[in-house]
Amino acid sequence: MSQSLFEARVPIHPRSVSGRFRNLKTGILVLAYGVFFLLPWLRWERETGPSQAVLFDIPNRQFYLFDLIVFAQDIFWLAGLLMIAALMLFFVTGLAGRVFCGYFCFQTLWTDVYMFLERRIQGERPARLRLAKQPWNAEKVLKLGATHASWLLVAFATGLGFVLYWADAPSMVVAFFTGEAANAAYITAGLLTLTTYTFAGLAREQVCTYMCPYARFQSVMFDRDTLIVSYDQERGEGPAGRAKPSRDLKTREERQKAGVGDCIDCGYCVQVCPTGIDIRDGLQIQCIHCALCIDACDQIMDKQGWPRGLIRYTSESALEGKKTRFLKLKTVGYGAAILVVTVLLALSIANRPDLDASVSQVRQPLFVQMADGSTQNSYEIALNNKTQHRLDLEIDVVGLEGALLDLGRVQEIVLDPSQRTTVLARVRYHAEPGDPARLPIGFEIRDRDGAMDPVRIDSQLSLRP
Amino acid sequence: MSTNEKPSKKPGEVETTGHVWDSNLQEYNNPLPRWWLWGFYATVVFTVVYWILFPAWPIGGTFTKGLNTITFMDDGEEVTTHWNTRSLLARDMQTGRHAVRQREMLERVGAMEYDEILADVDAMSFVNAYAKGSFGTWCAACHQTGGAGVIGLYPNLRNDQWKWGGTVAQIEETLVLGRNGYMPGYRESLNSEQLDQVASYVLSMNGFDLDADAVAAGAEIFNGYLGGCYQCHGMDAQGLASLGAPNLSNNLWALVDVPGAANDEERVRRVAAFVHDGVQRVMPAFADRLSETEIKVLTAYVHSLGGGQ
Repeated sequence: MSQSLFEARVPIHPRSVSGRFRNLKTGILVLAYGVFFLLPWLRWERETGPSQAVLFDIPNRQFYLFDLIVFAQDIFWLAGLLMIAALMLFFVTGLAGRVFCGYFCFQTLWTDVYMFLERRIQGERPARLRLAKQPWNAEKVLKLGATHASWLLVAFATGLGFVLYWADAPSMVVAFFTGEAANAAYITAGLLTLTTYTFAGLAREQVCTYMCPYARFQSVMFDRDTLIVSYDQERGEGPAGRAKPSRDLKTREERQKAGVGDCIDCGYCVQVCPTGIDIRDGLQIQCIHCALCIDACDQIMDKQGWPRGLIRYTSESALEGKKTRFLKLKTVGYGAAILVVTVLLALSIANRPDLDASVSQVRQPLFVQMADGSTQNSYEIALNNKTQHRLDLEIDVVGLEGALLDLGRVQEIVLDPSQRTTVLARVRYHAEPGDPARLPIGFEIRDRDGAMDPVRIDSQLSLRP
Repeated sequence: MSTNEKPSKKPGEVETTGHVWDSNLQEYNNPLPRWWLWGFYATVVFTVVYWILFPAWPIGGTFTKGLNTITFMDDGEEVTTHWNTRSLLARDMQTGRHAVRQREMLERVGAMEYDEILADVDAMSFVNAYAKGSFGTWCAACHQTGGAGVIGLYPNLRNDQWKWGGTVAQIEETLVLGRNGYMPGYRESLNSEQLDQVASYVLSMNGFDLDADAVAAGAEIFNGYLGGCYQCHGMDAQGLASLGAPNLSNNLWALVDVPGAANDEERVRRVAAFVHDGVQRVMPAFADRLSETEIKVLTAYVHSLGGGQ
């Protein structure tokens, strides 16, 4: 008979801890929550368009990011952004392990908040363990009920907070609670409420251990010089292993004589671990490098009056007594790649033309002969004003001597901000005997007031099939 | 058949159903993953809700209609019916965001004069987008999708050759009333030599270098009593829009495939054959089939295709 592949979750009740890394994590958490929940409420002055600083306007296909307006055509910037994000992840992982997991991942952040609520309502680890064991009574129902209610509340706030990025925040909140909002808003908020509650409340470390792909591939990006949260086994355990500070093993001298190390086997590092592992067993896939065990151990070491750092950020090389090399080909390579993509993205954003112009030649038919013996091609020139002001445009055909542009009776091409239009253009040309079947031509589009740099778009003129 | 043993589970073993075939073939009793099972129950609940809201169960010749309804306009009357995709489509075509926007633009353009439409870049942008569809429905069967026509059958609307005139008023009239083009055959009045001479004359006006005597004789016939071609096409063959007589001097050929001919001899033969046979072509009237606004949009579109006057 084979072993069952299924393993029921062992509930984890982490003890709280204070210290350097806890403070850092709390700082990042407060900052992240502040940004996530408050950013949609930040107002921003624009010549035209919404007054919300960050707004992803799906119906109008425009993303507002402060003074930058991203149009649908600019969506490839997202590729640049994702590349930078991925490269940063690789870069920092090679250098300092799962920094993202431990400090920035929303699973970690939200689980942290959920654990905080849990502790405020149910008490510290021993109280929670007791509560979990005790039979169902009024106290248990009340406390567990309150916990889950508070979780649901945070989950709903998260869902609603996310929805506010996609519509005008104040009016969206009103619409949401008066039942006037679009279905998509309710579905999105509901889905996020559900997933937040499930992932941060119920699934917790299982998300990191079993579901998250990053967890897996970050682990394989470690090398011997990667800073990881590790237990200094050489210091913690002498030849006789670790031992509790019994009567004869109080001081370091006594312990070293007896062959035991500095680890007093208090288990604090295990109790504070949000993924329920023992860091003293070495590097494990479950470890999200939250560094809370460092805080726990440092506290104990302080109490013992021994130097900190029995559990610390260090590399395998350092633990073997060698020097940790930070300047590795991998780190430098990722660093360079980040730089390149960032510069390219910045250049692309900075050099975005004020006017999005494209031309397509009419292909049915490609060309016609006119009464005066010239050949005429038709074009559709699509224009999109990406500036914040009105453009008064004129179009010229360039690049071919003798080509005549005909816009019919259209005299004025005025585009309001974000406005799109299609100009129907015709070009007539008297073919010379030696002309090839296709000639390159271009259209130059200028603002009559000189408010933008001229934009040139290239096309071709067909004379024969 | 299987024999039955007591379901057993020792530590480290998977529970079996207790059925044993062929003395050692057993069946694991692995429970479904809890999340999967609850997901399955949720779909069951969803199904029941779906049955209540939407058309679901066939009952003889009819079916359960569901509680969900759709309201839409049918011939000016408000109709409320049970949920179904046809009504959903009807409602979307009436009240959907894009349908409403299209109707607004149609009304705007419909209220404008041709001069305004042709000078307004946004109106023309709309005309181009909207009329492409109408043109595809009503016109493309003959004039082809892009309006280039078919030589010998249907006129090209992309160039500036207009049989019936290329102003908006003339194009609109063509659309509303239709056109009946007719040129008589000359098989009775001209012999084959004379037909060749007329053809030579017509071709000479389009830049083809042909026998001078034949051209001169052809001019005589064209502008004289014998042929009388000038009566419709004009003394200088410039055409007459009111009769649908095309200009014969601009080397644009709608009905005779001159560009497709290999040499002068064949060109003469083709033109002569055309004059011999005569031609009658009809463009149907669209007054009864299209609304005023739609005719207006189509007129502006055809005008913009390449040679509007």
